Amino acid sequence: MTDFSQSSEATPTAKPKSESLFKMDARTKKRNAAETRFKFYGIVAIGIGLLMLVVLVTNIVTAGTGAFQQSFLDLNVELKADKLDKKGNRNIEDIKKVSTFGYAPLIASALESEVEKLGIQSGLTPKEMGKILSKAAQAELRNFVIANPGKIGETVSFRFLVNSRVDGYMKGRVSRESIANDKGISVEQLDFVDQLRNAGVLYKAFNPDFIFGTDASDQRPEAAGIGVAMLGSLFMMFVVLALALPIGVAASIYLEEFAPQNRLTDIIEVNISNLAAVPSIVFGILGLAVFINYMHLPTSAPLVGGLVLTLMTLPTIIISTRASLKAVPPSIRDAALGVGASKMQAVFHHVLPLAAPGILTGTIIGLAQALGETAPLLLIGMVGFIASNAPDGVVAGFLSPNSAMPAQIYEWSKRADPAFYERAWGGIIILLIFLVTMNTIAVILRRRFERRW
Amino acid sequence: MAISWLLLILLALAVIGYFTGRSRALSSAGGNVRELHSLPSYYGYNVALTALVPALGLLMIWLLVQPMIVNSTVSGLIPDQALPEGADRGLAMSEVRRVSDGLDGAVAAGAISQAQASNADADIEELTQTLKDAGQVLTQDITQPILVAAQKYRSMTTTGSVAMQVVVLSLALLGAAFAYIRTHKEFRARNVVEQGVLALLLLAASIAILTTVGIVLSMVFETMNFFQLHSWKDFFFGGTWAPNFRGGSELSILPLLWGTLYISLIALLVAVPIGLFAAIYLSEYASGATRSVAKPLLEILAGIPTIVYGLFALLTVGPALVSMFGDGGMLGVGWMASSNAVLTAGLVMGIMLIPFVSSLSDDIINAVPQSMRDGSLGLGATHSETVRSVILPAALPGIVGAILLAASRAIGETMIVVMAAGAIAKFSGNPFEAMTTITTRIVSQLTGDTDFASPETLVAFALGLTLFIITLGLNIFALYIVRKYREQYE
Repeated sequence: MTDFSQSSEATPTAKPKSESLFKMDARTKKRNAAETRFKFYGIVAIGIGLLMLVVLVTNIVTAGTGAFQQSFLDLNVELKADKLDKKGNRNIEDIKKVSTFGYAPLIASALESEVEKLGIQSGLTPKEMGKILSKAAQAELRNFVIANPGKIGETVSFRFLVNSRVDGYMKGRVSRESIANDKGISVEQLDFVDQLRNAGVLYKAFNPDFIFGTDASDQRPEAAGIGVAMLGSLFMMFVVLALALPIGVAASIYLEEFAPQNRLTDIIEVNISNLAAVPSIVFGILGLAVFINYMHLPTSAPLVGGLVLTLMTLPTIIISTRASLKAVPPSIRDAALGVGASKMQAVFHHVLPLAAPGILTGTIIGLAQALGETAPLLLIGMVGFIASNAPDGVVAGFLSPNSAMPAQIYEWSKRADPAFYERAWGGIIILLIFLVTMNTIAVILRRRFERRW
Repeated sequence: MAISWLLLILLALAVIGYFTGRSRALSSAGGNVRELHSLPSYYGYNVALTALVPALGLLMIWLLVQPMIVNSTVSGLIPDQALPEGADRGLAMSEVRRVSDGLDGAVAAGAISQAQASNADADIEELTQTLKDAGQVLTQDITQPILVAAQKYRSMTTTGSVAMQVVVLSLALLGAAFAYIRTHKEFRARNVVEQGVLALLLLAASIAILTTVGIVLSMVFETMNFFQLHSWKDFFFGGTWAPNFRGGSELSILPLLWGTLYISLIALLVAVPIGLFAAIYLSEYASGATRSVAKPLLEILAGIPTIVYGLFALLTVGPALVSMFGDGGMLGVGWMASSNAVLTAGLVMGIMLIPFVSSLSDDIINAVPQSMRDGSLGLGATHSETVRSVILPAALPGIVGAILLAASRAIGETMIVVMAAGAIAKFSGNPFEAMTTITTRIVSQLTGDTDFASPETLVAFALGLTLFIITLGLNIFALYIVRKYREQYE
């Protein structure tokens, strides 16, 4: 090698700047450093993007898993006949006359006897002790008695929800320092909670009511659930599926297979690509103006939400359906036409079935997008309203006011009590589980059934 | 319920039509399928479609037009002096509808008879009491003109729906009969059915146009109402946003536009460098394996619903920023008072937009012909020099298009700003302050108790229209740039 460099040095006309190509000059070093730097920037950019994803997911999981657990207190309540059914004839109308307020003494005395049995000395009055329980406990007891009037006079064991602050203490969200200015709970009550916890009657457990239950008023975060909102979302998705799939597929078939090259086709194409980029809130304004103000469809109804989301999802479905129709090779159409099928028969009997997996994939992705959309739902009144009752029947499911999952999450995030934030994150976990499932199904469908020609 | 029954009857008619049409065609050919012009099922489809489609179309048009006619007739019945002070016709009409619903409900519950409900000389106080006892919601006492109008409304609606059912059903029967009579072995059923199906396909495709028309019309009408109540000069050129539901509001779009643009700018400052560098790395440097992992992972960020980003901004990023820049924060500067701030919303929106910029730019960089890379590398340029002086200039129009699309997303984004940007409309350059945006104000003006006759509510439609025009303009411009660029290399 040295020979070579020497010989080149020997030529007088072409004198290289450096002695050897293997020895880098300052400029090459600079250029190489710039190269490394540039590559590094790229890695950093991707790193930041992925880091954000990790932070987001970790945040959701850590903040939201708490919502699936709730603190409960086991109590044996004696359903005293003299309090609940004064006439003694077990008439359901008379029993219903006792308000939830009338059940408070029963719970208080049950708690008192439990405390005596466990030998806990707290120095709290029975009323203060009772405050660690949720206000939902009385309603739960009342509902039980009305459903089972025969149990009056017996002692029944219950698992009651505790107050959201006690629950927060059990989960580490509330501490003795943080409640200094809180009128809802005192340090003595927390000591009492500790004693109950050590005795094993107050404990954390999985809370199915969060997933399947109804929303509660803003005073009782511990009793709030997302079940009804989930039903609302489900009914909306039915509407979207029933309308957006047929209309979207029909529109794509027309545009891809039959549309002549003319002004009308151009206008339709431009419209579809523009609608795909219109901000979702504009669809909300459309829904409010057309479906509610003009057509007088019921406010907050999943039907209206479904209609708005249909208009929003249509462009997505049309674009993906056209792509999968385009992917079917022309030879299929030619073969069908060659054996005497009409153009319509070629499309409906041969092209469409072959494109079906792609269409299905696009539809599922469109549905997932619609499921997570919130902004248009705010304008048609699916927020600011407590979804406390499940709809009774299919027609009511479409027409009676309801919430939807993202709207319910937004609603919780607006409420003052921080205990609702945990619910909001928990709701997001459920929402994301749905979205991940739908997208996974879409990917699996694409992998398994999509044909490569 | 009436309409669902009507639909069921129509469907049943179509099914019956299918089978009768099919069997009539077969019998006309003496049971020999070969003598028919088309397959037997086409004769069936012909009868079913002729029965169903015109009837359904008429039903839809009727449902749209009837409220219009009823409303205009009934609102003409209310004399001007009967309107409550400060209220307008729209408000009176909603009162009329409420009373009419109340009467319907009371009749359905059996509290009053049909004759009592339509008795124009009824004692108003007694009627109000009866309605309230029957559990109907009435906001105020019924006045005589309102009651008369409500009764007219009821009778028109009832007659209208009866007429609709009769007309729609007879149209369906007529259609079925017409198609049935035409059914004969010589009849070219397949051609007719295919024409009909093609028309339906075209109709489905035109729904996109209808939606756009619906969006524009619904906003244009209300915007025109708004400009009758409020001066357009104040809306476009005023300097203050101060809605006041007692009147005398100042409703100018400029402070909102400023907030929107400022937040979008911060979002783009986050998203464009990260997205662009990620795209360059993925398309020019990354190995196939890295690319197939990193690209879908980044795209997950685009698939996360905006409510999640909103909550992330509100509960995580905002408090984290306050703990850094707030009073007694880590940096000890005390610049940030609350977690609602331009910076919070901008940062989170920027994260959301990273995949928009990176995916589009990635496609565009990949579309640059390989020969250009080879030429540059062959001349001795390093990889990064090739990217900077050959590929990026070639891809620049497309990248600008991608950035414009991301900007239009940022301007129209709602949930993040609703939850994290705040509600104060002002011109300020301080990113640590709360500011408000067009979309936030649309949400706040249109939720809760709204009165569609006050400029404070109607301004939302003017804001929506402006937003629609801005994003539409940006999109068309971006698509134009992208398309023009693509033509260069094809």
